[in-house]
Amino acid sequence: MVVVSLRVEDLWVEVAGRSVLRGVNLEVGEGELVALMGPNGSGKSSLLHAIMGNPKYRVVRGRIEFRGRDITGLSPDERARIGLGIAMQMPPRLKGIRLGDLLERIARMRGTSMDEVLAAARLMRAEKLLDRDLHEGFSGGEIKRAELLLLLAQRPKFFMLDEPDSGVDVESLPHLGEVIRRIHSSRNDRAFERSSGIIVTHTGSILKHVPSVNRTFILINGRIRCFGDPGAILEDVERYGFEGCVNCVLVEGGEG
Amino acid sequence: MMLNLDGIRRRAESALNKPAEHGLDLDIAEFPPPPPQRSSREILARSYHVLASLGIDPTKEGTYIQVDEEPVEIRTGIEGVRLYTLSGALKEGLIDDYFWKLLPVDTDKYTAAAELFGNHEGYVIIAEEGARVERPIQACLLMASPGSIQAPHNIIVVEEGAELHVTTGCLTMMEMPGLHAGVSEFYVKRGGKLTYTMIHEWAETTHVRPRTAVVVEEGGEYISHYVNLTPTASLQTDPKVYLVGKGARAYLSSVIVSKGSSLMDVGGTVHLRAPETSAEIVSKAITKDRARVITRSLISAEAPRTRGHIECDGLLLSRESRILTTPSLDAWVDDVQLSHEAAVGRLGEDQIYYLMTKGFTEEEATSMLVRGFMEVRIEGLPEQLRRQIEAAMDMAAAGL
Repeated sequence: MVVVSLRVEDLWVEVAGRSVLRGVNLEVGEGELVALMGPNGSGKSSLLHAIMGNPKYRVVRGRIEFRGRDITGLSPDERARIGLGIAMQMPPRLKGIRLGDLLERIARMRGTSMDEVLAAARLMRAEKLLDRDLHEGFSGGEIKRAELLLLLAQRPKFFMLDEPDSGVDVESLPHLGEVIRRIHSSRNDRAFERSSGIIVTHTGSILKHVPSVNRTFILINGRIRCFGDPGAILEDVERYGFEGCVNCVLVEGGEG
Repeated sequence: MMLNLDGIRRRAESALNKPAEHGLDLDIAEFPPPPPQRSSREILARSYHVLASLGIDPTKEGTYIQVDEEPVEIRTGIEGVRLYTLSGALKEGLIDDYFWKLLPVDTDKYTAAAELFGNHEGYVIIAEEGARVERPIQACLLMASPGSIQAPHNIIVVEEGAELHVTTGCLTMMEMPGLHAGVSEFYVKRGGKLTYTMIHEWAETTHVRPRTAVVVEEGGEYISHYVNLTPTASLQTDPKVYLVGKGARAYLSSVIVSKGSSLMDVGGTVHLRAPETSAEIVSKAITKDRARVITRSLISAEAPRTRGHIECDGLLLSRESRILTTPSLDAWVDDVQLSHEAAVGRLGEDQIYYLMTKGFTEEEATSMLVRGFMEVRIEGLPEQLRRQIEAAMDMAAAGL
């Protein structure tokens, strides 16, 4: 039996009165890692922020369940404390808050070993970022590294990565992939269990380095249109674009 | 040359009604000199815990403590440093070259009041030539008589090649109106270095008008860190720094938290009067409730190959508070590099949300961001002093 980690049910979301998600249905099983692809503006980031509880993303219909519990009304910090986490695509800059200090606070709060975090920092060659104010003057690639380190310190049971591969040079991708694998396999309470997650990727380039992704969903115009095998879908998308995906299993009502 | 004390007195008298350039104008007559304290020592003993919160230990060597207008504790005993009361130093003729030499006694009614009603008290600290003094000298000015004026006159002399840290805590023991008008004249000689840390902890009813001037000679350095974290009825100050010798340098930082109905007008002015001098002024202002803050800063480049940078940031934590920031740059010659950056606003919702996604509550996120906002480069301080400033800021951020 597949145990569901995250279930999104008929989710409709507005930002400043504008509809961004129109009836999203999505299930991610325990230990499962899925990818979410789709054209610009299709609502990928909106979905992640809605799951994380960003107050700007107003849920007008539907619900979000995490491990069988309705979390639609929880604040972002409550969601973080029960095990959700996000690595943002464009996080804000935090003046006067050093990455290293924040990592330590989060690691202490979540019972993570700093050795593990520092090892990941070394692997991604991000040690020099630790003394800097978070995201202040960081390059695109540095932002991704910092966000992954923060997520690793947080040890979420369900994690969301918003375009971890954008702005990252090709030779660094394997290192980032390795840290994502560690986030996926690192669990506090029961070491043999994996965490679950969603990776949003525009180009799919990170998927080569995270082989455990077993399904890819395509989001178009605020709705999940189809899902399927990551490799096959990537090929289709590269050849025919998102609309022409032939290996994708259509989701009922997905064409909206 | 002997001081002409009568002449100084006459000039002070003539300026007793002269308003200051900035700030709420006060009537000095409403703040009479305090009655002689019979119990200054008791007051001091009762204030030990407050002093400790400012990081001041009155039992340490190298300490000056004044209650109202009476020096109560003078502990010397640090090698290379001489410590006097102003009246004592005047009597011995030690400060004839420094007394009212940097600040005109008739600058405004507050300098005049310091001369006329300050009882000629305050501290005089002299770092001897070449002395590298690592232990900070601590000075503390306590106000204890409701409704009165406290007007000390302080002088620091850093002789050639000497290095000195001075930390001052100023506070009041009462919740009654009072006026603090302290005068400070600092002299940093060739190759000398002075770091000056001031932590203010006044009451909501205290008016504060410090008057400060600093001169720095060739190759010398003046570093000042000012922290004001408690509500104050009104505060106006604008320290003037004159870099008169080649290569001299100044760094002024201030962190101001203004709550209640406080009115704080905090400036900083540096004159680059010699070639290759440089200055940096950094200020962080936080307002809450109905408080108002003005941060003024001016760097005036009057000699070639000089550099100056001003950074002023303001953070509004309430709708009713107000921040005005006016960084000014004045170039008298073309061979200068002057710049400023200023930003005023409230905390970003996206920043709060970001920290909440990491598991912090909204309150925790806010206080982390406020504390982060206060972060200034703390330069040249011994570890203990740095920790003292950081602890004061931690406390202030937690209380916002």
